[in-house]
Amino acid sequence: MAIRSFFLFILFFSSSISPVFSLYEDQVGLMDWHQQYIGKVKQAVFSSQRAGRKRVVVSTEENVIASLDLRHGEIFWRHLLGADDVIDGIDIGLGKYVITLSSGGSILRSWNLPDGQMVWESSLQGPKHSKSFLLVPTNLKFDKDNLLVVFSNGRLHAISCIDGEVLWKKDFEAESFEVQQVILPPGSDLIHVVGFAALSQFEMYQINAKNGELLKHESASFSSGFSGQVSLVSTETVVALDSTGSILLTISFQDGKISSQQTPISNLVEDSLGPAVIIPSSVSGIFAIKTDAVTIFIRVIGKGNLEVVEKTTHEIAVSDALSISEDQQAFALIQHASSEIHLTVKLAHDWDGNLLKESVKMDRQRGLVHKVFINNYIRTDRSYGFRVLIVMEDHSLLLLQQGEIVWSREDGLASIIDVTTSELPVERDGVSVAKVEHNLFEWLKGHMLKLKGTLMLASPEDMAAIQSMRLKSSEKSKMTRDHNGFRKLLIVLTRAGKLFALHTGDGRIVWSYLLRSLHKSEACQSPIGLNLYQWQVPHHHAMDENPSVLVVSRCGPSSDTSGVLSFVDTYTGKELSSLSLDHAVVQVIPLPYTDSTEQRLHLLIDADKHAHLYPKTSGALSIFKREFSNIYWYSVEDQNGIIKGHALKCKCTGEVADEFCFDTRDLWSVVFPSESEKTIATVTRKLNEVVHTQAKVVADQDVMYKYISRNLLFVATVAPKGSGEIGSVTPEESWLVAYLIDTVTGRILHRVTHHGSQGPVHAVFSENWVVYHYFNLRAHRYEMSVIEIYDQSRADNKDVWKLVLGKHNLTSPISLFSRPEVITKSQSYFFTHSLKAIAVTSTAKGITSKQLLLGTIGDQVLALDKRFLDPRRTVNPTQLEKEEGIIPLTESLPIIPQSYVTHALRVEGLRGIITVPAKLESTTLVFAHGVDLFFTQLAPSRTYDSLTEDFSYALLLITIVALVAAIFVTWRLSERKELQEKWSFYSAFASQSTFSSLHFSDN
Amino acid sequence: MAAVTPLLLLLLLSSAPSFSSESRNAYNINGRVKIPQGLGTKGYALPGRMSNVKVLLNGGQNITFLRPDGYFSFHNIPAGTHLIEVSAIGYFFSPVRVDVSARNPGKVQAALTENRKGLSELVLEPLREEQYYEIREPFSIMSLLKSPMGLMVGFMLAVAFLMPKLVENMDPEEMRRAQEEMRSQGVPSLSSLLPGGAMN
Repeated sequence: MAIRSFFLFILFFSSSISPVFSLYEDQVGLMDWHQQYIGKVKQAVFSSQRAGRKRVVVSTEENVIASLDLRHGEIFWRHLLGADDVIDGIDIGLGKYVITLSSGGSILRSWNLPDGQMVWESSLQGPKHSKSFLLVPTNLKFDKDNLLVVFSNGRLHAISCIDGEVLWKKDFEAESFEVQQVILPPGSDLIHVVGFAALSQFEMYQINAKNGELLKHESASFSSGFSGQVSLVSTETVVALDSTGSILLTISFQDGKISSQQTPISNLVEDSLGPAVIIPSSVSGIFAIKTDAVTIFIRVIGKGNLEVVEKTTHEIAVSDALSISEDQQAFALIQHASSEIHLTVKLAHDWDGNLLKESVKMDRQRGLVHKVFINNYIRTDRSYGFRVLIVMEDHSLLLLQQGEIVWSREDGLASIIDVTTSELPVERDGVSVAKVEHNLFEWLKGHMLKLKGTLMLASPEDMAAIQSMRLKSSEKSKMTRDHNGFRKLLIVLTRAGKLFALHTGDGRIVWSYLLRSLHKSEACQSPIGLNLYQWQVPHHHAMDENPSVLVVSRCGPSSDTSGVLSFVDTYTGKELSSLSLDHAVVQVIPLPYTDSTEQRLHLLIDADKHAHLYPKTSGALSIFKREFSNIYWYSVEDQNGIIKGHALKCKCTGEVADEFCFDTRDLWSVVFPSESEKTIATVTRKLNEVVHTQAKVVADQDVMYKYISRNLLFVATVAPKGSGEIGSVTPEESWLVAYLIDTVTGRILHRVTHHGSQGPVHAVFSENWVVYHYFNLRAHRYEMSVIEIYDQSRADNKDVWKLVLGKHNLTSPISLFSRPEVITKSQSYFFTHSLKAIAVTSTAKGITSKQLLLGTIGDQVLALDKRFLDPRRTVNPTQLEKEEGIIPLTESLPIIPQSYVTHALRVEGLRGIITVPAKLESTTLVFAHGVDLFFTQLAPSRTYDSLTEDFSYALLLITIVALVAAIFVTWRLSERKELQEKWSFYSAFASQSTFSSLHFSDN
Repeated sequence: MAAVTPLLLLLLLSSAPSFSSESRNAYNINGRVKIPQGLGTKGYALPGRMSNVKVLLNGGQNITFLRPDGYFSFHNIPAGTHLIEVSAIGYFFSPVRVDVSARNPGKVQAALTENRKGLSELVLEPLREEQYYEIREPFSIMSLLKSPMGLMVGFMLAVAFLMPKLVENMDPEEMRRAQEEMRSQGVPSLSSLLPGGAMN
């Protein structure tokens, strides 16, 4: 108790309005790390610039365009486009502009290759939706200006490469015309547009590239129809499949005449195969078809004669063609063989001869090769060398050259789905590789340097030495648990189905594991990872076990496909076991109970509303049976606007006896009127949140009791009209309703309507308060509101006498049949920015005051003290309230630049913020993820319980030495003075010797 | 901050066509972001680079970038009241409310939402610079004295040197009385407290 009051005392002292999180520039990188990623590469274009550093420009599935250093894989520059602005194609124009086509072919942008500055932007409209193509011809000139040819939205555009001006356009208005290819035969001024019309018609348009004039239009009908894509075999021949997928159509349109030839696949390959699809490739003369098991490469000889050149059952990836000379094209082919990949580079017209054949050892955890991009260079002996960029199944990007991996990027980390943490092993003999503490002299020298730094006496060299010393601190990246709980493992699940363990000290990857259960298989066609849960967190008696996590995934995008569970050891990164479930996973409820081996009980709800208990052990079952009647949960049906509460009923009554399956019953339901309300956000408290005290002492020595319940749900609904974007609705027809619902009883504890407001709503729930962010249409500004909920039934317990005499109601049972006496307080404030994410700091004991972490639209994370969102703020707080720390009410919430947790960095594409308590009460660990990753430590009330990094021990030592010296000096002085006094005393009172002698004898 | 204001006035002179109508009730919003030169050169990793500035419409519904001259445009925007935000590291921009109306296309209706200031042209400028780092105070005696150790030393010095002074200023009569009292009570002096003191 004494310690607690001491903490509170310190908290009181540290409560000042000035930003609590603030950093000196030289402290960057001490406690935080920042990693930049781009995501899975969709398309890569190599810059052919002779001078300067070699670059490759890539577009990714995270919607990033980036220019990478070809030698090291570093990012030169990068831009993240909007979520609706999906990149369709990229290319390099004139050797110095990166051209991107995005938004379904309606936005064309040009970027400066060296620095990523946008040069121009054009909006391309068209009559109807269609496939889009971006072509950058090298030889097509128009008044000294290079042309770009873009086909998008049913319109062909020729655009100037220099300023983005549309030079001419040509519509393809025919209703059913579907463009398949746009071809630019080299060395001519013609553009060929080929496509299908009315399912069975093949159309070919020939257009003059100079002015867009239609020169020729031919069509031919094919009764069998078409399916899938076409592959371009030469500039005047395409190959397509008929609607059954069993006959190949070779269509050539030489000189504007369409001629065709049909070849059944069975003629080429003896054994019958299922329906095939064409794999588009740009290699001239060769195309590939793929059936379920086999990939077949077919060469086109002359006019429509087909010949199988290779048939393989291996996983194979082919690159696009690369022109290496006037009439020679090369392409790369990658095949898998157990732990190696074989790279072959072939010439297009010569399948059997290999230009290059290399084998590269490949980490199995990277999975299959998904994409290959080839580039060549000229070796010193004037022969061609090839390098290939490969994209793996785990979304990583690697550059292979001369049989080696030159660099690799872990771009899977750009798409994190879920995050959890795990403790590191306890330090034991032989476990850690702790560095021996360097000698005292070194230590003192370091601290003297630091002292010099704080006294601003250090020279630049000293400063550099200090900085490197700080960053090098091996302590923070050790592989063992630390006293303060700063070192942990962040376990992240990525969209590629790979688990990574990142060390919180420096962000390095400790291990990574491509989940086998997330591999495509017969039973599981398109597995997707869903969530991560802590499965086993050993402490106490199960200390020898390694902690493990549970990965929940399912076999398809819809929620009724069957689920898969995998259990992964977090120390070794090995999969302990995996379970293919025979039921779906709609909801996972981690229960607050553990079995004898510290495995946490989880309840999985399937599509038929049965509850399944995991782990399936008898121990778990007996614990579960004990708590059977105490388990409640809720479900939200977004479409119908219904929130339902559930409880367990009995064992499953199905035909198969399963002890671990339970029937459920609906307890209550809240139905929102669908014509006026649409649910857009639901938030509950974090399960593992710790609340220090229920009581809150307010200014006049009064006590308020927080209404703390784990079963509170915050729901926000908006008018159905207002669920769209800002600007689509007027304030009169839009409103936002916030509810607080008890999830056990279904009782609505509080309801508040914000007229003229709309979503999106971002909310966070903690202790007894909820903070939510929404848009106020009347003021046309964002607003943040806070609702605090207090328990009134305990309000009379303030009387000490009642407590002493035992007449309080603290122990009286709480009945769900009586309406809880609660009061709510709320207040709203303006906030400048749009938000992407919101979180709240969490500490080990919940004593430290809280900060809200706001992920702003600018991809920064802002820490805002919760005291700014205190509903008791008034314009003129009284003296008592000021002492309590209440800030005068202001219209809007302040944005203090020093309290940006991410300081001058951006977490590009921010999606989520996770806070984890450290063992040290004052500190919380913050992990923000998006395309980038950012990690830091925060102390919302400053580190009141430990010395900061830059605490100067040398100064302390010097002070102690000075104090000791001063003590000795004063002692000597005092001694001498006393002696003198005694002498004078003696001489003055010599006659009174009796007293003096007595005195001396005393000494 | 003072350096910004004269530049602000200059910039309002530059004009930009703000809206141009398109077919099908879709409009374009054109504007310009101006970052006064000479700002933002104080030690940021990327001092005010135009290539890292993003312009966002309606909380990220559309995102666009700046041309080298600072112009930006949003295409195919329906009529209504929209919100434009500028994200640039090192600067604080106020969001801008922009009205796109079907009735009088080409008319500018924009206002900063932070201070409700109307804009005659869609020229967006930072309200202020953002300094993300604390600035290290230069070494001063005061900061050293304010530290706990400084206070400790200060207190000790005060006790050691000021207390005797206080004693000196006392009335000699009173002092003698006090000394007498002390002696009679046997209050030990500093030297007798220390281990060596007893030897005397």
